[in-house]
Amino acid sequence: MIRFLLKGLLRDRSRSLFPVLIVAAGVMLTVFLFAWMRGVEASVLQSTAHFTSGYLRVTTRAYAAEADQQPNDLALLGADSLLAALRQGESDLLWTPRITFGGLLDVPDAHGETRAQAPVAGLGVDLLSPGSPEPAMLRLAAALVRGRLPARRGEILISDELARRLDVRPGQVATLIGSTMSGAMALANFTVVGTVRFGVGPMDHGAMIADVADVQSALDMENGAAAILGFFRDDLYHERQADSAAARFNAAHRSADPYAPVMETLREASGLSDLLDYITAVLDALIGFFVLAMSIVLWNAGLMGSLRRYGEIGVRLAVGEDQGHIYRAMLVESVAIGLVGSLLGTAIGLGAAWFLQIHGINVRSLLRDNTMMMEDVLRARVTLGAALIGFVPGLLATVLGAGISGIGIYRRQTSQLFKELEA
Amino acid sequence: MRTLWGFALLLRAGALVAQTPSGDEVLRRVDQNMFAESRIVVSLMIIHGRRETRTVESKSWQRGTTDAYTEYLAPAREKGTKMLKLGDDLWTYDPGTDRTIMISGSMLRQSVMGSDLSYEDMMEDPRLAHSYTAAVTGTETVDGRSCWVVSLTAKVEGLAYETRRLWVDAERFVPLREDLYAKSGRLLKTIHLSEVREVQGRWVPVHALYRDVLKEGAGTEFVIESVAFDAALPGYLFSKAALRK
Repeated sequence: MIRFLLKGLLRDRSRSLFPVLIVAAGVMLTVFLFAWMRGVEASVLQSTAHFTSGYLRVTTRAYAAEADQQPNDLALLGADSLLAALRQGESDLLWTPRITFGGLLDVPDAHGETRAQAPVAGLGVDLLSPGSPEPAMLRLAAALVRGRLPARRGEILISDELARRLDVRPGQVATLIGSTMSGAMALANFTVVGTVRFGVGPMDHGAMIADVADVQSALDMENGAAAILGFFRDDLYHERQADSAAARFNAAHRSADPYAPVMETLREASGLSDLLDYITAVLDALIGFFVLAMSIVLWNAGLMGSLRRYGEIGVRLAVGEDQGHIYRAMLVESVAIGLVGSLLGTAIGLGAAWFLQIHGINVRSLLRDNTMMMEDVLRARVTLGAALIGFVPGLLATVLGAGISGIGIYRRQTSQLFKELEA
Repeated sequence: MRTLWGFALLLRAGALVAQTPSGDEVLRRVDQNMFAESRIVVSLMIIHGRRETRTVESKSWQRGTTDAYTEYLAPAREKGTKMLKLGDDLWTYDPGTDRTIMISGSMLRQSVMGSDLSYEDMMEDPRLAHSYTAAVTGTETVDGRSCWVVSLTAKVEGLAYETRRLWVDAERFVPLREDLYAKSGRLLKTIHLSEVREVQGRWVPVHALYRDVLKEGAGTEFVIESVAFDAALPGYLFSKAALRK
């Protein structure tokens, strides 16, 4: 029976080609857009985690409330013991201290007078401890443009764009002018040993990366850290695990003290909650819209097919074929069309997404004033989810279309059939 | 009888109006009391931050109202830091980096040593009559002293505070309280001056509490430990070269 129906579909292309193409096009679009949006989402999540909030972030309650202002006067004190406790208690994650700070980088001339000065977005990270995950997490080696990575205290990296603006070359000394934890002016000399480009707009504009111990010393934050960040070992955001780790930690550290530590997930700490919800809503809407639109198109195609096959169905009814049998046969046909169209669409969609995963699209010119941590080159992300996401709607839309258009079969009156056939 | 009472009240009101000095007169008397050709001040700045209280000790040599040289004496982290103000220019010297940095632009809005004072506050012309038009708007009592309430409105562009209210001791012509407002009318800072002592024939408030109302914390106390007026100042202090000595 199925073989018979398939032969019919193959031999009568007008019955199969248009629906297959429609389904394939819809599935391809769904798969591609899903992979693209997931790619953009992953880029934002990873960049935000690496440069800002980690997948989990421990700060003081007071710091968390004003985190966007980088209030280092509210930083964690006694960071070493908290870090040790986190490494022991939540050993599935990598934990590392961070200090984010703002300031000016001042480059002196031969007489010690200011030659050039520019604002910097500073990042104090654990660069020098053996086994620190930071250099790999920030992909410093890959981001290095000139010079080398810091190997000892007092050495820093700055963004290549900033270095060019200040006309600083590796080996030169620059002075950080910032604020201590207590709000006083802080000055500290550093040797620029390398320049970096991350491909992340806000970092490439004016980043300064120093060892966290140097920043503690410069900003008078002895054993302090703005935050202790946690990273999953596979460098992917596992929301459920993050939620449960944060719940465990916060239950153990419940306190009214504004300087007590609090753990937040990336979603809470980064302010990306709305964006992530938006992406999920867009993807849901996309799939819903696809099923609806495809169903209407395929219903229409089914109706046209039914009209074209009016005589054939009439003959089949006239020779005594059961209406239900014809209806089921059309549904089986639609399943076959849906399967072929979905497979084809998924293959083309994944192929296009894979191409964009490898090559990406550079949107740097569009992100000139962007403050969100996202890479300039946006890439799609081919996942198992992307492979499956178009398949079910593709099949569903075809069967729905055939199901709706096939209802007309039940309206044909057997008594009228011969008159219709004669006409 | 009623007419006589009315006449007497009118006369009394007239006498009060006649006794009320003009705003400019009050400012002139304040300047006369507060400013000298030179001053040497040793002071403590007790900064009540959100998490801790810090005390910063400094010695300042002031020439007229435009030039000042300040050296920080304590705590250890700040010791040796120096500041030089020459007219409209301000530099700071940090012994740790051996760098002299000019403080300008947005840096002027930064807090001095984490206190409730900004560099901008240090840079303003202390002679208020130069920058503000003044009007006496009433009398009030502050710390048991009768004060003229003086409203000041900026007459030059670019001031940190567009308007001020000043409570000036009506007898000693010492400011006892000051509220500083932004152009929008928002209160930015309050200053409460107290412990007024007579030094070399001048009335000097040796304690001031500055509060930046936009900051959390209990404000910054500024305590004058010693002050000498019209003392001889070494001329070499007022040059950038002195900062690195």
